[in-house]
Amino acid sequence: MTALPPALEARNLFKVFGRNPQKAVQRLKAGESRTDVADAGTAAVIDASFDVAEGEIFVIMGLSGSGKSTIIRMLNGLHDATAGSVLVHGEPVTGTTASKLRGLRRDRVSMVFQHFALLPHRTVAENVAYPLELRGTAKAERLARAEEILTLVGLEGWGDKPPSALSGGMQQRVGIARALAADPDVLLMDEAFSALDPLIRREMQEQLLSLQQKLQKTIVFITHDLNEAMFLGDRIAVMRDGRIVQIGTPEDILTDPANDYVEQFVQDVDRARVLTAANVMERPRPVVSSSAGPRTALRQMRDAYMSAAYVTGRDRTLRGIVSDRDAVKLVRAGTTSLESVLKPVPQSVREDEVLMNLFVPAVESQLPLAVVDAEGRLTGVIPRVTLLAALGPAHSATSEIPLPPQPVSAEVIDRILETSPDADGVSADDVEVVR
Amino acid sequence: MEGFRIPVGTWVAEGIDWIRDNLRGVLDVIAFLARWMVESLTDVLLAAPIAGVIVVAALLGWLVRSWQLALGTAVSFVFVLAMGQWVTTMQTLALVLVATAIAVAIGIPVGIWSARNPRVRSVVKPVLDFMQTMPALVYLIPAIVFFSIGVVPGLVATVIFALPPGVRFAELGIRGVDSETVEAGQAFGATPGQILRGIQLPLAMPTIMAGVNQVIMLALSMAVIAGMAGADGLGKEVVQALSTVNLAKGVEAGLSVVIIAVFLDRMTAALGTPGEHPSSLLGLLARRRSAAARSAASGSSSDAREAARV
Repeated sequence: MTALPPALEARNLFKVFGRNPQKAVQRLKAGESRTDVADAGTAAVIDASFDVAEGEIFVIMGLSGSGKSTIIRMLNGLHDATAGSVLVHGEPVTGTTASKLRGLRRDRVSMVFQHFALLPHRTVAENVAYPLELRGTAKAERLARAEEILTLVGLEGWGDKPPSALSGGMQQRVGIARALAADPDVLLMDEAFSALDPLIRREMQEQLLSLQQKLQKTIVFITHDLNEAMFLGDRIAVMRDGRIVQIGTPEDILTDPANDYVEQFVQDVDRARVLTAANVMERPRPVVSSSAGPRTALRQMRDAYMSAAYVTGRDRTLRGIVSDRDAVKLVRAGTTSLESVLKPVPQSVREDEVLMNLFVPAVESQLPLAVVDAEGRLTGVIPRVTLLAALGPAHSATSEIPLPPQPVSAEVIDRILETSPDADGVSADDVEVVR
Repeated sequence: MEGFRIPVGTWVAEGIDWIRDNLRGVLDVIAFLARWMVESLTDVLLAAPIAGVIVVAALLGWLVRSWQLALGTAVSFVFVLAMGQWVTTMQTLALVLVATAIAVAIGIPVGIWSARNPRVRSVVKPVLDFMQTMPALVYLIPAIVFFSIGVVPGLVATVIFALPPGVRFAELGIRGVDSETVEAGQAFGATPGQILRGIQLPLAMPTIMAGVNQVIMLALSMAVIAGMAGADGLGKEVVQALSTVNLAKGVEAGLSVVIIAVFLDRMTAALGTPGEHPSSLLGLLARRRSAAARSAASGSSSDAREAARV
């Protein structure tokens, strides 16, 4: 992803509304705060810089008033930047002529709006064809293209209806179809799903991701909903009071918040749906190579307090598991190969599986859950404790999780109970408590 | 305070005289055009067979609104004829239509301009306030100074008097268009002209048509006053009836004004809200066209089911 040149570059963007924007920018650059420069103007965006890679979904997240809507409008020049620059595939958006800017919007950057912004006096198909009409495409051709795109978003046959005949979710699909009609490189989505009710919103998010798999557009998505940001974003920029406070993958933001604000923000995220197996897995243990003998296997199991171990091939592909009882038998029989007692692995999960889908396999797995990569190599394991700890807010992927102390064996307890008859105090205490 | 007097009236009168003496050519052109427009429209209306005019008016009513309006129009126009006010009514109708056309042609562009440019708005607004609050009869005085008596000063005063709502409603309509929708046009690379034609004007049309309706109503009320300046028509009848205390004539002329007012009002109101008149001829045509389009498109029933689900 980083090898390609960025599809979109924003460099030190400032936007100040008010009487003396340039002066305010100078003072902000000199280190004054947003409230310090309030007399010169309202700073909506302060020193924002980021790159968006080709084919990436870049989410800008923040509460209302954080400047995210202003930023997205600077990316296609609907708002002039007070200072700084925006480049789309190397073409400047800032400081260019009005007609070049219009050309850029017609051909390269399109937009999806929060309240759909469909043209109510045109049919659905005419709405979708609107960007093509602005380009001067012939009518028959643009309507054919509109029908094609409508099919892509699941609205085939709705072309001749007015937008008002459609539900909110369908209207926004028209909005997305319209944005895709001109086949732009960059899609700007301004709170595109915020006006929809939650069930439809989820459906639309999933549809956007499946569309994105097919189309591989560069998408900048604005939202105030962290769960949405986490679900959609390849990377997320968190904004506060006009500044970008952190840019990172959803996992980065969640597990390594840059400051208290981000941390507070991510508190109520549904971690089970965001974190993946790869984020929480630990070094695989116990693991024995299939070429090692049963003695090595037993030693590994003893050190890890486990009754079985994963067996991997030379290329670290997961071959199976071996249990301690089988290993003991092999040692007794003098066999040196584990092959004869290998059992298939009952449960293994892929690295990119979200935690939500790991609970049942973890419960059913005898060993810590095996995590494999796309080639079937064992890359890590997830003990149940790790899975639980990952759901808590203070979890950090790097710290060791202490194992629970081993219980005193039942024999020892039995012996103690036999030799020292019950102290009266204990039962008396119990009675106290009941009373 | 004895002797304290600012001679505003004298200054204005001198200014008006100066214009009359120095801009004779411009005024003559205006007078010629105004007289030519009103007189040719009057000639057309009067030269046509009376029955033909009634039928066309009724058909127009049906086209934009309903057969009820068509019937009402036919009956009331026959009533005008029966009151002996046909010629004066047609003269007034011509004056009102020409005045409306001019007021709309000036008012809507000015309204659009001031909606798009705050500086223009800050100039236009006080001018409109002045035009609306200055008693209408006062306009007649300079108009008569410029054009002497007749239909021209009547037309000019009518245009000035009827102009403000056209400007105001156009501005209101354009500014009332959802800003996100306009932004959508910009975001897809539309030029300001394309945004105006493709988005702002169509969406502002109901409001603009409400303004046109107001322009017509004001023009009609002023056209009667224009009778004082010597313009032929119902206004002249009313003025004569007043000066001779002829109640019968006054009532007949007045009723004719009411009938044209109702006709024009219903017509323009329906034009502004075409979707609300399903029984109009236009509505019937639109339905037939969309039905044809629907039958051409296949699989619409499954789509409808999907709509219900979503």
